[in-house]
Amino acid sequence: MRALCWEGADALAVREVPDPELRNAHDMIVRVRRSATCGGDLPLLGGRSPFLAAGDVLGHEFLGEVAEVGPQVRRHRVGDRVVVCASVACGSCWYCRRGQHACCDNGDPAPAVAEEAWGQPTGGCYGHPRATGGFTGSHAEYVRVPYADVGAFTVPETVSDDRAVFASEAAPAGWMGAELGEVGPGDVVAIWGAGAVGQLTAQAATLLGADRVIVIDRHPERLRMAERHTGAETLHYEQTDVTAELRERSGGRGPDVCVEAVGAADGGGRPASLAERFAGRRAGRGVDALAVREAVHACRKGGTVFVSGTFTGFVDTFPLGAVMHKGLTLRSGRQHGQRWIPMLLERMARDELRTEHLATHRLPLEQGPAGYALFRDRADGCVRAVFTPRG
Amino acid sequence: MVPMRRRFPRALVAALRVPRWGGGRRAADAGPRPGRWQVVTVDRPAGEVLPGGRWPEPLRPLAGAVELWLRPAPGGRGTELAARPLGGRATLPGMAAHLVGDDPGRYLRDTLRRVKQFVETGEVLRADRSPVDRPAVPG
Repeated sequence: MRALCWEGADALAVREVPDPELRNAHDMIVRVRRSATCGGDLPLLGGRSPFLAAGDVLGHEFLGEVAEVGPQVRRHRVGDRVVVCASVACGSCWYCRRGQHACCDNGDPAPAVAEEAWGQPTGGCYGHPRATGGFTGSHAEYVRVPYADVGAFTVPETVSDDRAVFASEAAPAGWMGAELGEVGPGDVVAIWGAGAVGQLTAQAATLLGADRVIVIDRHPERLRMAERHTGAETLHYEQTDVTAELRERSGGRGPDVCVEAVGAADGGGRPASLAERFAGRRAGRGVDALAVREAVHACRKGGTVFVSGTFTGFVDTFPLGAVMHKGLTLRSGRQHGQRWIPMLLERMARDELRTEHLATHRLPLEQGPAGYALFRDRADGCVRAVFTPRG
Repeated sequence: MVPMRRRFPRALVAALRVPRWGGGRRAADAGPRPGRWQVVTVDRPAGEVLPGGRWPEPLRPLAGAVELWLRPAPGGRGTELAARPLGGRATLPGMAAHLVGDDPGRYLRDTLRRVKQFVETGEVLRADRSPVDRPAVPG
């Protein structure tokens, strides 16, 4: 089959790779119809993961048709149209039974890698290195789906592929930021990042009753899109004093809930130079998490900061003093999609949750390298490139 | 109050060696710890972890080389299952040593995790095969 493979730092190519195969009785094989880029891919693309190997297939947000099922799969049949949660989780362990699927004890077949990096292994993720399972990614014609009854969800007929593909990760990540941030009626919510997750956090906050939602970014086209599709207010962080503005818009208190939806992908106004990147990596220096720092600074006393962005290692200059003295609650996590995807698909079917505008660039898989270049550089107004393997 | 161990079937307890787990030594005089216990928590009752006192498949190659201990996990989290080289030795004897290499702790932990997976999900999750493990495809 054809697949988009990582070839080295900032190098991708579409190549012929072996078809996936059923490896466990609970597996199924999905023929991919849509597979989206994600900001979490960018550190991988840039070669900042020591565990990615040349030839690994990227991609973890996808939708497709069931092509083959293992003998223990009960909920799906060949031909079903399904969206697959980006997190691989068993559905049976203590964490899964509490809705914390991304923390699954049994979703990573090589747990020693994550244990070394983070203390305990976590659930798996498609198209990521061995620290999260090493499962082959979805930018391909076919994907193996472990624990298929737990991670794959039949898409309602009325929901289009272009809408439902975002139920794989971006929509549950957005919902998680708002729900676990404990957004409630009357709240002022500030969201750093107007990408897909940031915009879907804004929609979720509104659905959960927030009084005022403010989205912060530096890309004008993303800010305009957030205003048009989520009804949020926006701030361009290079053109205003964000903290002062948020204080003014929240009665001097600061936002009740601050959600960081940027991650290590787009943390500042200029990309690091080659020398900085080299020195940083050689010295093991952490990422400068500007948005996290600003969220902590802006948040009201006793409020909640939720970190949705993808980080894999260390960050510099984290303001722990402000967290402590203001009595903040700091939460984070990879999305526990299995917990929310059925609800999100229902909301999509009722037209309460609209996502298709986020797919600003729909491309055949063969144009994957160009799609990632657009996405990485935020060029041509790109919010998400979505690939169609047989397009 | 009924001791926790009484909750287990008598035959099951008899089938296992029951040494002290972490008992006695204080951190100050501990020094390097040979044969540290490796532990996993299985989200199932003890009778499902070692049904009838029989060792599940992932542990069988280590029979005679390790000792096991299990007890209820606090908070209704299932069962804690622990293993360490028999007699508290830092290394394993015979064929087990060949299997385990220089780091019995990691190997034991991996084995316990496979037991946990088998009990909780009915199978042990297998990784995707890498391209080098599979027939070549022209690229």
